[in-house]
Amino acid sequence: MAEQRSQVMDSDELRRALTRVAHEIIEKNKGAERLALVGVRSKGVPLAERLAKLIGEIEGTKVPVGALDITLYRDDYMTRQSEVGQTEIPFDVNDRNIVLVDEVIYTGRTVRCALDALIDMGRPASIQLAVLIDRGHRELPIRPDFVGKNLPTSRKELVDVQLREIGGDDKVYILKQD
Amino acid sequence: MRLKRKDILGLEEMSSDEIELILQTALSFKEILGRQIKKVPTLRGRSVVTLFYEPSTRTRTSFELAAKILSADTSSIAPSTSSVVKGESLKDTILTLRAMKPDLFIMRHQCSGAAHFVAKMIPEHVINAGDGMHEHPTQGLLDMLSIHEKKGKISGLTVAIVGDILHSRVARSNMWGLTKMGAKVRLVGPKTLIPPEARNLPVEVYTNLEEGLKGVDVVNVLRIQLERMKKGLLPSLREYSTMFGISKERLKAAKDDVIVLHPGPMNRGVEIMPEVADDPVCLVTEQVTNGVAVRMALLYLLLGGTEDAAAA
Repeated sequence: MAEQRSQVMDSDELRRALTRVAHEIIEKNKGAERLALVGVRSKGVPLAERLAKLIGEIEGTKVPVGALDITLYRDDYMTRQSEVGQTEIPFDVNDRNIVLVDEVIYTGRTVRCALDALIDMGRPASIQLAVLIDRGHRELPIRPDFVGKNLPTSRKELVDVQLREIGGDDKVYILKQD
Repeated sequence: MRLKRKDILGLEEMSSDEIELILQTALSFKEILGRQIKKVPTLRGRSVVTLFYEPSTRTRTSFELAAKILSADTSSIAPSTSSVVKGESLKDTILTLRAMKPDLFIMRHQCSGAAHFVAKMIPEHVINAGDGMHEHPTQGLLDMLSIHEKKGKISGLTVAIVGDILHSRVARSNMWGLTKMGAKVRLVGPKTLIPPEARNLPVEVYTNLEEGLKGVDVVNVLRIQLERMKKGLLPSLREYSTMFGISKERLKAAKDDVIVLHPGPMNRGVEIMPEVADDPVCLVTEQVTNGVAVRMALLYLLLGGTEDAAAA
């Protein structure tokens, strides 16, 4: 299968998009009090950590960060099996404003799993959704509250987010498959 | 990676990669046990039957809780209150239960090989929860998980399994699992309770406790199986306890950071002294918690999809 790769975001654009999203989160929540970020494994976790750091710097506080593994909540579990990762939520979710963070939103099914997983841990005051890339093609009535970049794609394409925390170059690519 | 087998019958036939996968998966499942709402929807609509021909508290409860936390449905059959007392054979009991369409059987039986017999007979999954004097794979796995958690590794450790090796399926599963994962295993006990074939196995045999405990990282103390002791293999329990009972004094021969495991139920004052049983070096309650995590991992890995997510 021939594969074509083109860059859609460089590291400066990625940094600026995250900085803007951090400001938007603060604006919408009127500060960072009772705020917590939860990254969806695996690439949502480093993004959540970066956003928490940015928000913390702007507001002068420390924003707690958790990691959510959604394998056990997948709706395609009966056909495919994934390795189960660890969920680590080091704070009480009850009455918190939680921002779920993921790298790409596509069909919306991952977010659905993440919502179920979070709600099983308690009753947050609110759950919001921040993504780096919104590539469209939703199959469920779910939309992100904060978007780094809207990226129109076809279903044949793949969006590849490369982050330096996991050995990447902090750039976003589209892979086209024929 | 996923587990490419239908049944979990023993650790003898498993590879170190498979054991590693089970232990890693179990570690992830442990977090769920610490939650306020201990339930995930993963195995919704799957059903599991437990069939225990021998008494059990921890193993059966542990399997049932593991299945329930993963949202599978469970039914338990105790032969004493079932058609087995009317003389139904194991084969017919299994075929009857099978007709009710469960997805997985968990069974314990006094005969070695009983789980293998059932696994060959039916297409549903079978997990061996102890067969006679053969294997008890989930106990072996939970012991390894407990060791891994405390020591950060298994490879390179020296583990002494002490007591009635002859009758112990726990000893056999531990021996296979630990040696595959790169640990050195010592079997320690009175000569009458060490199987003659031990000299053909990749283990060292000690009949003197002090020598057997010298420099070990882990001591796995076996239960003296009072119900199997009617053949005069031990002069008296008191003598056993004097020669092989694990006391604080005896543990001094082991490494300073030694940990003690016991599969339960404990005969306090026989194979293990209360001063050890109640000390933080003894992981018996952690083992029970880890047992639920290991069984969750096995149910997930067996009842899961047939494709690798990476390939999809």
